[in-house]
Amino acid sequence: MRVIVPLQGVVQGKGGLFWGSVIPCALFYFFQFYFKNRRHHPPPPPPPPSSPPQHHSPDPEPPASASDKLHPHHVQVLPRSLSRILLSPRSPAGPAYVSGRATSVARISADSPYYAGLRKAAEDPYHEVRNPHGVIQLGLAHNTLSLDLVHDWIHQNGTNALLGRGVAPCQPLDGFMDLKLAVAGFMSQVMEKSILLSPSQMILTAGATSAIDILSFCLADHGNAFLVPTPHSPSFDGVIKWRSDIEIVAVPCRSTDNFNLSITALDRAFNQAKKRGQRVRGIILTNPSNPVGKLLDRETLLDIVDFAREKNIHIVSNETFAGSACGSEEFVSMVEIMEAEELDRDRVHIVYSLSNELSVPEFKVGVLYSYNENVLVAARRVARFSPVSAPTQQLLISILSDTIFVQKFIEINRLRLRRMYNTFVAELKQLGIECTSSSGGFYCWADMSKLLRSYSEKGELELWDRLLNVAKINVTPGSSCHCIEPGWFRFCFTTLSEKDVSVVMERIRRISAAAESHSSYGN
Amino acid sequence: MTRTRNPDSESESESKPSSSSSSSTGMKLIVPLQGVVQGRGGILLGSLIPCALFYFLQLYLKKRRRSNHNNHSSNPPSPSSSFPELPRTPSRSNLSSRGSITRARLSRLASTISDDDSAYYVGLNRASRDPYHKFSNPDGIIQLGLSDNTLSLDLIGDWMQKWGSGGGDDDLSINGIATYQAFDGVDELKLAMADFMRQVMGRSVHFDTSNMVLTAGATPAIEILSFCLADPGNAFLVPTPYYPGFDRDVRWRPGVDLIPVHCRSADNFNLSMTALEQAYAQARKRGVKVRGILVSNPSNPVGNMLTQDMLYNLIDFAEDKNIHLIVDEVFAGSRYGSEKFVSVAEILDSDSEYIDNRRIHIIYGLSKDLALAGFRVGVIYSFDRNVLAAARKLCRFSSISAPTQRLVTSMLSDKRFIQDYFETNRNRMRQVHDEFVDALSKLGIKCAKSSGGMFCWADMSGLIKPYSEKGELELWEKFMSIAKINITPGSACHCIEPGWFRICFTTMSLEEIPLVIERIRRVVEVCKSSS
Repeated sequence: MRVIVPLQGVVQGKGGLFWGSVIPCALFYFFQFYFKNRRHHPPPPPPPPSSPPQHHSPDPEPPASASDKLHPHHVQVLPRSLSRILLSPRSPAGPAYVSGRATSVARISADSPYYAGLRKAAEDPYHEVRNPHGVIQLGLAHNTLSLDLVHDWIHQNGTNALLGRGVAPCQPLDGFMDLKLAVAGFMSQVMEKSILLSPSQMILTAGATSAIDILSFCLADHGNAFLVPTPHSPSFDGVIKWRSDIEIVAVPCRSTDNFNLSITALDRAFNQAKKRGQRVRGIILTNPSNPVGKLLDRETLLDIVDFAREKNIHIVSNETFAGSACGSEEFVSMVEIMEAEELDRDRVHIVYSLSNELSVPEFKVGVLYSYNENVLVAARRVARFSPVSAPTQQLLISILSDTIFVQKFIEINRLRLRRMYNTFVAELKQLGIECTSSSGGFYCWADMSKLLRSYSEKGELELWDRLLNVAKINVTPGSSCHCIEPGWFRFCFTTLSEKDVSVVMERIRRISAAAESHSSYGN
Repeated sequence: MTRTRNPDSESESESKPSSSSSSSTGMKLIVPLQGVVQGRGGILLGSLIPCALFYFLQLYLKKRRRSNHNNHSSNPPSPSSSFPELPRTPSRSNLSSRGSITRARLSRLASTISDDDSAYYVGLNRASRDPYHKFSNPDGIIQLGLSDNTLSLDLIGDWMQKWGSGGGDDDLSINGIATYQAFDGVDELKLAMADFMRQVMGRSVHFDTSNMVLTAGATPAIEILSFCLADPGNAFLVPTPYYPGFDRDVRWRPGVDLIPVHCRSADNFNLSMTALEQAYAQARKRGVKVRGILVSNPSNPVGNMLTQDMLYNLIDFAEDKNIHLIVDEVFAGSRYGSEKFVSVAEILDSDSEYIDNRRIHIIYGLSKDLALAGFRVGVIYSFDRNVLAAARKLCRFSSISAPTQRLVTSMLSDKRFIQDYFETNRNRMRQVHDEFVDALSKLGIKCAKSSGGMFCWADMSGLIKPYSEKGELELWEKFMSIAKINITPGSACHCIEPGWFRICFTTMSLEEIPLVIERIRRVVEVCKSSS
């Protein structure tokens, strides 16, 4: 008996085993608790001591030691002089705490070539007459080819369209029902199929990036991960990591596969992430893909749905370029797959971008479309932080209800996109630069590895730097898109006019000529 | 470790010394698991071993629970991989019979958000489902729970009509829209906004556009600031009663806690520094890191203002504790009373040498003062470079769309219109407020003294049966079902005294006041007759 009963003496042998275990455990537990609390306490003191110089150091202590009586007197005399001292000699040490996440957001991407290039091009923009030596912007995700159509429409219809039926005070935060209905009609027009999106599954947000942000917030906890096929949009890093703090697990696609996504690559990335202890919560697909412009065919989509079910993860299908799919291939939306078959839709969420489709990027209107009731409930609530303003919604309702205009717009826009794409690719080819074949999106994905001085990321960034500072064109280097092969560049051709194309080509020619002479010297 | 534990275990044994000594010798008394460890180091190992066991047990259980989750989620699909022809059928059966088991999981935060409902939001929803209309739905619920101002909406409508028929076209031209724009608002709008804020908050103040970040409404502005100033689990001090939306803006995504600093009716709900000190000390004692104070001025439900002295005290307090001060001034222009409004910006401007302005942040928006709720234009005004840099980046998720920016720019630039608007609006607000408060007092309902904002903060504690939150919610329910009026109960504003209600008076016209009062009278009579 004595052998197994702890604390037996104390509890008189009755229930000894029980009390003997519970008492030390409880003690241990309180012990832990006590330590935890203790550990919380020490950090607060550092801020005050760090702020004032030495002769004040006894003062910051009292608040912690609860000598409240003494306190107010000091408050009245000291605090302002304190801050003055703070301000002048060593300002970085003085300010109140800024959260760790904010600091990291503020720091991130300051030097990423993607944002650096955008900034530089914005500071010194090319203009045919006014600033012919400025930087040509090929790094955006905008389409201005058909902006004139929208502009004309607004001009004709006057601003009444914007004002709609006057100012209504109380509005739903996730978008007007009228606009949702109009969007449903518009999307089926865009996709040229009789798919009808249900307004009840729709949430309108301030831009597609907010829709992705909200989704990543709803689907994953801090530190979880999403599978994202690379190369991916350079802005994804910010969208997914900044606020939601979710990691991206790259699923590399290679030039040998023509940058198509394969399930084996998905599977490998998933298993590797799992081995590293990461929790994968979903896949983010971009269809048509963002830098490359590839479409996912029906079979691949079905495979991905199966894969997601097998791993029990979500699918976010980012279809922000749906309307620009203009190649020979057929664009298949995730909605179509969901409507056609009784798959478990719970895990499928789709993002559209109205501003992209209408080539009015600064309108910033995105659509979140989900089949998951819980996600919709949460997203609708979070939508209060990314609302679309009423005048914009009114304007869009008016534009989208004009179905004749919309039809014309879609056709002309598609034609212009295709024409500009063909011109741009053909011109690049003449310079010896090959592009992967694209079926959608606003980009050429060009292989400039021949122009690299060293076949590495460093060489790529060096070429990017030359393009920006010598040739004065801003393009997005593949490394910003997390492409694993160096030497690829993303050219956004949809902000150019025909005339601009020849200027761009001339500028690239200079670089390629210099590169050739450089390499011949090397030989 | 051992040193601290010894006294503990001794105290255990001291509690029952007499009874145990009779049965066994001194040594055996206090040594647990003695038999196992053969008497040597008994007390140490005897405590350590069960503790370790317990710890492992916990760990084991935790793991089990986690893998259980995984099993649940990965088991059902696994058969599908072994039968290549079958993959889609299992899911279909799942959908119909028990879809919840294989359902892909939502994030923890999203799940908590989904079932977070206070009376404030319940009321808003119910009222929007059955809204009152003079002709089409005279028995509908009158919405007095919002913070909208429709008193001068006609002025805004007129301006837009004029703008639309006049030279507005040029302003809306979307040329140049396609260039790379910062997410935090175009410079023209920032300039117009700085001008406007000066007009609203005090003409002597200079607002610098480089300290300004424009967001899609004040709501995201608060969220972004909370995100920037505190880490999850940190806290802000908030004087109660406060705006019910703060809970969502600060708590949900930023994960920052709100610590109430209770203000009482005895002080007309004015903030007291002692209460603030107390709340701060208590939070510290609990190990919570307080990162800032969040105050609204004019205050949201009550409508009183922070005096200049109080603002100085708050600034001193913030400096003393090395925390931030966030002042929500969205009602700065909606004033009708006699109290003087002092913007914290004014203090910073006049005393800039003495105050470390980097810890002070101002939130403003056009939804209230210009009644442009649907436009969603908000401002973060801060002096801290890091906060501004982070906020500018986070703005990409809540940026204002271009047509609205243009429209608002030209509206704000129309100085004469703004001037007219403010004058008319102030007069109408004063009129409705005075009339309504007067009518309420005739029913025996007193309101707290207020000078700004859109609310009456009414004391109905005489009408509630058990003097508690329960009684308050019962009365609120009566307002909903009998009077068909949606007002906000004080508990939704975290008021510590039961029986207070927030009534928004700016959505009714002068003519509608008798109707509302009539409906309130019904409730008053029901309450009186039952008691």
